[in-house]
Amino acid sequence: MMTKVIEVKDVWKAYDTLEVLKGISFDVFEGEVKVVFGPSGSGKSTLLRVINMLTPPDKGEVLLRGQSLMDPQADLTKLRAHIGFVFQNFNLFAHLKAIDNVSIGPHLVLGKTKEEAHDIAFKALEKVRMNDWGHHYPAQLSGGQQQRIGIARSLAMNPDVILFDEPTSALDPELIGEVLQVMLDIAKEGTTMIVVTHELGFARAVADEMIFMDHGVIVETGTPQHFFQNPKSERAIDFLHKLEVLYGQAETDIES
Amino acid sequence: MQEAIGLLDILLLIMIRGLSTTLALTLISLLFGFLIGTGLALMRVYGPIELQWVSIGYEKIFRGIPLLVLLFIFGAALLGLFTWAGSLTNAVFVAAVFALALRSAAYQSELFRGSIMSIDPGQMMAAQSVGMNQYQATWHIILPQALRLSLPGWTNEYAVVIKDSSLASAIGVAELIYQAQAFTLDYPALFLGIILVIAIIYFAFTYPVTKYVGESMTTKLRELGLGGGK
Ligand SMILES: Nc1ncnc2c1ncn2[C@@H]1O[C@H](COP(=O)(O)OP(=O)(O)O)[C@@H](O)[C@H]1O
Ligand SMILES: [Mg+2]
Repeated sequence: MMTKVIEVKDVWKAYDTLEVLKGISFDVFEGEVKVVFGPSGSGKSTLLRVINMLTPPDKGEVLLRGQSLMDPQADLTKLRAHIGFVFQNFNLFAHLKAIDNVSIGPHLVLGKTKEEAHDIAFKALEKVRMNDWGHHYPAQLSGGQQQRIGIARSLAMNPDVILFDEPTSALDPELIGEVLQVMLDIAKEGTTMIVVTHELGFARAVADEMIFMDHGVIVETGTPQHFFQNPKSERAIDFLHKLEVLYGQAETDIES
Repeated sequence: MQEAIGLLDILLLIMIRGLSTTLALTLISLLFGFLIGTGLALMRVYGPIELQWVSIGYEKIFRGIPLLVLLFIFGAALLGLFTWAGSLTNAVFVAAVFALALRSAAYQSELFRGSIMSIDPGQMMAAQSVGMNQYQATWHIILPQALRLSLPGWTNEYAVVIKDSSLASAIGVAELIYQAQAFTLDYPALFLGIILVIAIIYFAFTYPVTKYVGESMTTKLRELGLGGGK
């Protein structure tokens, strides 16, 4: 019933002498939405890059549906195709039109024909409400539109889990809503997601569990209710207070 | 009157024989320079350390030797290597292609390497997280962008090579300058007219091309959000 999609087991990572991750462990179940938050520099991005092995950890293990990504026998390229990644600064392929950004994965990696890949891409674009913009180059699109293409690019691979690294923090405030709305939609459809974000409204709406990180360790975990009503640790209380001053209350309205 | 007609006839001959040789020499050298230069740049960026040294060494050597010296090396000292070309005319032509192409490769390699290095590392990360392997990511994502970024520099290289191809006259390649010199031996009085027209020809085949390609590429690159700042 409760299938583990991702298992992070005692992961450590240092850059030279700088310890960035110091023993991180958690599981992500099928259909679950995990929200990871914490101060800048606490290791959130590194954690996401460790999960899809763009940054292999020094110690510890990451499993995708029970299969270790650290296994020397594992075909990392193949396993990575099952893990979507949405970047803070979009990282769309600059020389490809929106539709080709989305179809190139299914075509090259999943081996679909050009037509099949195009159909898959079109459906993914519909999901993020960008189907009218397929023939535009990334540079011709707004940040919010680019990020929605980035989400479509992940969706088109039909991944087991999608990792989001602060997907709205590079956006102008008026563009954040359209991206969060798309993320809410796919969360409600049962997409398994690990989302690094400080959008507390989003967390409140769909997070099954929130993970508060600081200085490379998980300080506190709990449901959104837990964090918004009675967070335990001093650091979490402090940080949530700062967020509220910065971004407003968690009640921030998002249509659902 | 007689002389004016003579000048026009001569110019026509120079144009037909010389210009076609100049253009062939330029384009063939650029093409081979491009192929070799691309290979060198890929070795330098993606290759193991040994190949990187080969590439670095190559660039240093071929950028450090004057073109005229290279032309004498291939077109005189090593001319025997090119006897397969058939006639002497062909042999010196091939020798000139070697000199121009090998030198251009060194510059094109550096140009192309700079473009590869300037691609945002996020592009490679994104490609890998879609599940592409290194080879696919390089071939489908990095290199197409690097090629586009290189085009303005490449038109510049074209301008350099077409003008430098004139040095091939020194080893007897019958390009524009060689033809001009040949005729001025017989008609010294026409020298100024001939050389002026030749200057105009070089200019006509350099400036509009670099201007047009440069401008259209800059527009295209801006459309793609590549180069020229974010
Ligand atoms: N590639 C890297 N090389 C060296 N240091 C890095 C690298 N990536 C991240 N760091 C450092 O690791 C720490 C954690 O970074 P990061 O994971 O980006 O944190 P967060 O996403 O929580 O802001 C920071 O101090 C950052 O400077
Ligand atoms: Mg980060």
